[in-house]
Amino acid sequence: MTATTDRDPGLQPERTRLAWRRTTLSATVVALLAVRQALHGGVTPAALVAVALSALAWLGFLLVAHRRMLRMEAARPESLAPRGALTAALCTVALAAFAAAMLF
Amino acid sequence: MNKIAQGVRLWFAPQRIREEGDTPDYRFSLANERTFLAWIRTALALIGGGFAVDQFLPELVWGVRAGLALGLLASGVLCALRAVSHWVRCEQAMRRGEDLPVSRFPALLSLVVAVVAVAMVVVVLFGWEGV
Repeated sequence: MTATTDRDPGLQPERTRLAWRRTTLSATVVALLAVRQALHGGVTPAALVAVALSALAWLGFLLVAHRRMLRMEAARPESLAPRGALTAALCTVALAAFAAAMLF
Repeated sequence: MNKIAQGVRLWFAPQRIREEGDTPDYRFSLANERTFLAWIRTALALIGGGFAVDQFLPELVWGVRAGLALGLLASGVLCALRAVSHWVRCEQAMRRGEDLPVSRFPALLSLVVAVVAVAMVVVVLFGWEGV
């Protein structure tokens, strides 16, 4: 049996892959807002550290999403590992923490 | 409290979820994953709103601006953490063949968003003069 005949007509893996894509786009927007916020007061060492940390959180999110999207190539993908879910959530929380820190 | 600790321990021990029950149809797991991602996007939108309040309303008094931004950021953080916990509980319920967990969280979140929206309207109507 080939992968094409095995493929689910509801396109669940594709829909899940696109959901990851949408989520990385949202994360990118938030990361760009974070960089804009950090550089607002000019390019200082503290601002550069903030930019680097935001970029790190964004890259972490991208890595989880990329690995998960590769898994979606399978006809019957395994369920998401809790570690991936937790990393994605923690990168989101990290961006919020930087936003809160930059308020002061 | 013990229940929460057990739940958090499950987040870090993926194999323990797979130990009990039967693996559900992969489509159900993927649907659960998409729900999780939708909650993460909600969290990201709230956090983006927090950044936006701080960056695009510079005329506001600092206290009001920081309060609104912190409210949005805190609800974003709650939303992200709760997304993981709900995803784990749904995954477990599906493996055990139980009903999916119900939750008060969507109602609470909509209340918070409504309060922030009303606060924004009040600020836009009356806030400018006070600055």
